[in-house]
Amino acid sequence: MYESLLRFPGDILGEFERLQREMEQVFGGVGRPVSIRALGRGAFPAITIGNRPDAIEVWALAPGIDPSKLEVSIDRGLLTIAGERSADVPAETDKVNVYAKERFAGVFKRVISLPEDADPARVAAQYRDGVLRITANRREEAKPRRIEVQ
Amino acid sequence: MSEKQELIISKREEAKPVPATVVRPPVDVVEDESGLTLSADLPGLAKDRLQVRVDSGTLMVEGEASLDIPTGTEPVYAEVPPLFVYRRSFTLSRELDGTKVDASLKDGVLTLRIPKTEAAKPRRIDVKVG
Repeated sequence: MYESLLRFPGDILGEFERLQREMEQVFGGVGRPVSIRALGRGAFPAITIGNRPDAIEVWALAPGIDPSKLEVSIDRGLLTIAGERSADVPAETDKVNVYAKERFAGVFKRVISLPEDADPARVAAQYRDGVLRITANRREEAKPRRIEVQ
Repeated sequence: MSEKQELIISKREEAKPVPATVVRPPVDVVEDESGLTLSADLPGLAKDRLQVRVDSGTLMVEGEASLDIPTGTEPVYAEVPPLFVYRRSFTLSRELDGTKVDASLKDGVLTLRIPKTEAAKPRRIDVKVG
């Protein structure tokens, strides 16, 4: 209770950092349970999820993809991000040497369970600098409201 | 000023910035006859934040990435922090021309073309039979 009194809006970055460190521990084998659909470290695209009173937002780090080939869909509260990233690395020949091939190539799919109050009719997706940002607005009736005391 | 406000203000001054997480970006490196092509995944990095430097035979790629998370957002799940630094360096061998590196950044992918010096391009050496 006291902790929440001392939390300021400016500390959000620190909170995300702390959560990310915690998740590193979780995927390292110890810690609290995570979502059954979580894929662990190294999954493509890596995602971060944040909550706001009016929306839930998902950031997916999916560089080098034509936005028209990104498939974002919602079905029964499950948000699916799918697509394919083609391999740019040519085959090795006597004149071409490949020294590193660390970048992800192939078909990918990630599924995120949205909270019940997310409105599937009001979801927006934007792609910038290789980051896909999905904003799922909450239903009007689910937003916190002030109730007048008569 | 109430006691509580004082407490909050002093607490804020104490808060130190969290050191940025450093991420080593994945790369592809391909060599052909005329040079090397390096591709690196740098999602969340804007063009004006990217630095590519060649200094005494070392190629350094660096930049601060941001997810632009609005204030008032409560973290739920984070495989990546909202702010972090990409950093990776490579040593260039002598036959590569570090002064003619060509760089382009598109959709979070950096492509670098590092040509070979003229003298280093492959030549066929005739074997004389004698």
